[in-house]
Amino acid sequence: MKDIKVQFRGVSKTYGALEVVQNVTFDIAEGDFVSLVGPSGCGKTTLMNMLAGFTSPSSGEVLLEGRPVTGPGPDRGVMFQEYGVFPWLTVEKNIRFGLNLSMHRGMPRAEKDQIVERYLELMRLKDFRNAWPKNLSGGMRQRLALARAYAANPHFMLMDEPFGALDAQTRSDMHDLLLGIMQAERKTALLITHSVDEAIYLSNRVLVISARPSRVLEEVEIPFAYPRNRDLLDDPEFIRLRRYLRDLVMKQYADQQALG
Amino acid sequence: MKWLAGGLWRLAPFVFVIAIWYLVRWSGLVAPGLLPAPHEVALTLVALLRGGSYLLDIWLSVQRVLLGLVFGMILAVPVGFMIGWNKQLRRFFDPLINFFRALPPIALIPLVIVYLGIGEVAKVAILFYASFFAAVIVMYEGMSQISPIYIKVSRTLGASDWEIFAKVIVPLTLPHVLTAARVALGVAWATLVAAELVAAQHGLGAVIQNASSFFNLKVIYAGIITIGFFALLMDSLLRALSRRFLAWQDSHAQ
Repeated sequence: MKDIKVQFRGVSKTYGALEVVQNVTFDIAEGDFVSLVGPSGCGKTTLMNMLAGFTSPSSGEVLLEGRPVTGPGPDRGVMFQEYGVFPWLTVEKNIRFGLNLSMHRGMPRAEKDQIVERYLELMRLKDFRNAWPKNLSGGMRQRLALARAYAANPHFMLMDEPFGALDAQTRSDMHDLLLGIMQAERKTALLITHSVDEAIYLSNRVLVISARPSRVLEEVEIPFAYPRNRDLLDDPEFIRLRRYLRDLVMKQYADQQALG
Repeated sequence: MKWLAGGLWRLAPFVFVIAIWYLVRWSGLVAPGLLPAPHEVALTLVALLRGGSYLLDIWLSVQRVLLGLVFGMILAVPVGFMIGWNKQLRRFFDPLINFFRALPPIALIPLVIVYLGIGEVAKVAILFYASFFAAVIVMYEGMSQISPIYIKVSRTLGASDWEIFAKVIVPLTLPHVLTAARVALGVAWATLVAAELVAAQHGLGAVIQNASSFFNLKVIYAGIITIGFFALLMDSLLRALSRRFLAWQDSHAQ
């Protein structure tokens, strides 16, 4: 039996008269990689924001290791759609940002250097350590955001459509990079995406989220073992899952359109 | 070589303007008595600089502009910062600031004389007024455009409130402070002549005023060019500061 780390218990969220999330219940166990797929604007981000601590449920509760989430914290690294790379810091200093905060005061300088080097290497940013973010491509910024989040060593990685703005090639490269780093340092992860392929390729569980208000429609176990590679895309089981999930999501997408 | 070429390019626009000036002068379109030639103005300028009191005029004007600018910025940065961050404050202060900013400082001179007299304080007060309102508006409009994403990110990395202020908000504010200073500097120089209308005996504005009573066009031109020179010099210094500290910005934002 795996250790339950996160529990959404009957979570609802309303903004005025608008109901965004309706009675959502699911768990995330230690080491899980859970994806929430559903149409854009359906409230998936709200679910992630509740776990990240940026917003709280109108009713129900979000429990983190058994205690309600009260605010953001360094145990939960977040990757945002818009990257949020600090433009006034070089690549290296972006990665170092979390380590230089007072909460890591006791850590020896040499250890911090080592961590920074490690992620510069893993995210293939070594040659750009002194570059300003304005000179980086979208894919590199995303790698930098990932490196910065990892350097702070969170237990959880929360990712809100992090690859949405990337071209197909860069996105598939990022998927493998993410699987690689996840393999090296297993983190419990929650990914918000509208790409069924991305969700199946990366996660061990996929939750299909309905059109607004968000409900969990279906929970699907993804049976493929890690490490995974691109060959998986040709696996008949992958193709079957993709068709099944895509039909579900497309139906929700149509409903969302009808909602406006 | 590259350095020399860069320097020449920077001079080129001024050479161009001087050439136009000579052309107008020689074309006979303007009576020679109404338009001194550039070299005559240059000679006047040299004579003024040798005369001694002109250096004092320059010094007093630069000092007034700097004092007005510094006091204006000291108030504009925190005020603009707070108004920029707080929507409620912004809604309250925005119309007031736009009202006071729209008043031409020259219209306030009678009031300034009534309340502050005709001394140095009165002149600096006018420049302070002009600098403050120019700067505060740049500050708070800049601040209100800062994306909250960086604050969210730093919270998830474990930053405390103080660390968010020192390591995120301050670096994000700096570009707006420098832009505000540049705008305020321009406005302060533009207001200088008006401020020195307040019974100033010295200062570049006063020199121009006095010369106009004697219809001394050469001195008027020399005074205007001196103001332009120092305004440009100070702006170049601020720009150099921006380049040094804001290399991270997109070049189009500079």
